[in-house]
Amino acid sequence: MDLDYFKLIDRIVDLNLGERTIVVEAQVPEKHTIFEGHFPGFPIMPGVLLTEAMAQSSGWLLLGVLKFTRMPFLAIVKEAKMRGFVSPGQLLTIEAKVEHEGSGFAVTKAKGRVGKELKCSAEITFGLSPFPDPAFRVHMDAMAKKIGFPLQAVTHD
Amino acid sequence: MSSTYEQIANIIAETCDIPRDTITPESHAIDDLGIDSLDFLDIAFAIDKAFGIKMPLEKWTQEVNDGKATTEQYFVLKNLADRIDELVAAKSAGTGA
Repeated sequence: MDLDYFKLIDRIVDLNLGERTIVVEAQVPEKHTIFEGHFPGFPIMPGVLLTEAMAQSSGWLLLGVLKFTRMPFLAIVKEAKMRGFVSPGQLLTIEAKVEHEGSGFAVTKAKGRVGKELKCSAEITFGLSPFPDPAFRVHMDAMAKKIGFPLQAVTHD
Repeated sequence: MSSTYEQIANIIAETCDIPRDTITPESHAIDDLGIDSLDFLDIAFAIDKAFGIKMPLEKWTQEVNDGKATTEQYFVLKNLADRIDELVAAKSAGTGA
């Protein structure tokens, strides 16, 4: 996780476009100023960041489904549940699945775990828009390579 | 009124927290009920799920923007119910939605 740049996903473990699922990993840093305030003596990942991590996981899945032709933008978060504390240094594994592909929008369900323990879950809706700027698309390509996005999966089927 | 209308009126009431008795077949989802694009995403999801279809919202919006259709054709609820019935019928006939 690069909390300063809001890049919460470290690597894609599995992307299954047929099943419309993704599994990603996100390593919570041992130290960050966020943990100094949230909370002193009891550092835990803020729920909004866990929600964002689930949204980014879903976003990578949708980018794959859409073959990078459109960008998913977060629109609605429902049933966001923080089921347990996530601490500095823990490895968060997030899985997401496309629940519905609508016209101009998509809905996913995502779950975050540490080990086998379920820590968070949500249903997330995205608006799907053309990339507003070519540089943004180039940036997403670079990010995809960095986190091990299997680009061959979206270029050869 | 059709059961399709009743279903979408119930979905709108529940999704947007609009009193059910203020919704009529002549209600315009945007102009009368004040539903914004974000709430309409939620409604579209619920309608798609309930009827097993994919409402072509982008196509409809494009037609309105191009002046080929009016918002009334798609967003007055009795008309929306008709559009949904057409999509369901097309899906049943295997001609796509």
